[in-house]
Amino acid sequence: MQLARVIGNVVSTAKDPGLAGCTLLVLQPLSASREKVGAPLVAVDSVGAGAGEDVFFVRGREAAFPFHPRVVPTDASVTGICDHWSSEAVASTPARRASRRSSKG
Amino acid sequence: MILAKVVGTVVATRKDDRLVGSKLLLVQPVSPDGEARGASLVAVDTVDAGAAETVLVVSGSSARMAAGLTDRPIDAAIVGIVDAVETD
Amino acid sequence: MRLARVIGSVVATRKDRTLEGAKLLLTQPVDRDGRPVGATQLAVDAVGAGVGELVLLVLEGRAAGAALGRRAAPVDAALVGIVDSNGLAD
Repeated sequence: MQLARVIGNVVSTAKDPGLAGCTLLVLQPLSASREKVGAPLVAVDSVGAGAGEDVFFVRGREAAFPFHPRVVPTDASVTGICDHWSSEAVASTPARRASRRSSKG
Repeated sequence: MILAKVVGTVVATRKDDRLVGSKLLLVQPVSPDGEARGASLVAVDTVDAGAAETVLVVSGSSARMAAGLTDRPIDAAIVGIVDAVETD
Repeated sequence: MRLARVIGSVVATRKDRTLEGAKLLLTQPVDRDGRPVGATQLAVDAVGAGVGELVLLVLEGRAAGAALGRRAAPVDAALVGIVDSNGLAD
């Protein structure tokens, strides 16, 4: 799971029936010190999060679990809204994959 | 899921039997502002997307959860056509 | 599994109900020399780890669900061990 800020939402009419009724949020992953890490992604909301909120999200097959037994074709879901987090800062470096992407983009 | 733009189609005669009948599109990941990011990839289209449209691409094993893709050997599927991206 | 340093904790009142009661820790994956590598990961704590400790982080859903004791929980990372500091050069 990673921390992220909700930076927007996606409107889509033509989509997989499994996504019907789902809120699609645009997330910017964050480090513990609130720096942007990697590229924004789209996640399905399962907790009622909105723009400007700090959340955590889960990736992979497990992202479909909040909607069980419904089958929702998603690889990322927001599963919690952060009230706050505390960290003793260890300087974070962006993920290798993320930095490679952003250097190309 | 990532946002991507459809940049082409892929035609393959010889392919896994379970891919017969699947429409394969070449998509370029983009930022919420529409700028290209990273390498393009091939995704199975499940929503009848067309050239230059912005789409939602789901990757990994979750891609097989899209309609009609159970048990197909794929790792990316187009599951939505984007009407708009609203950001702050 | 990866080595990670526990750097903090997260409080979230609104979350998936299968995460109720779970302890969520902020961890920073590190290399063998303790240097941070990659993005901060939020992990379910299954071993009672605390801030500053070097831990074993598993980044895989099925294992994370097992660590939480709930098979269908939407988690993709868990702390499954605390590294004995004597076993690694600091």
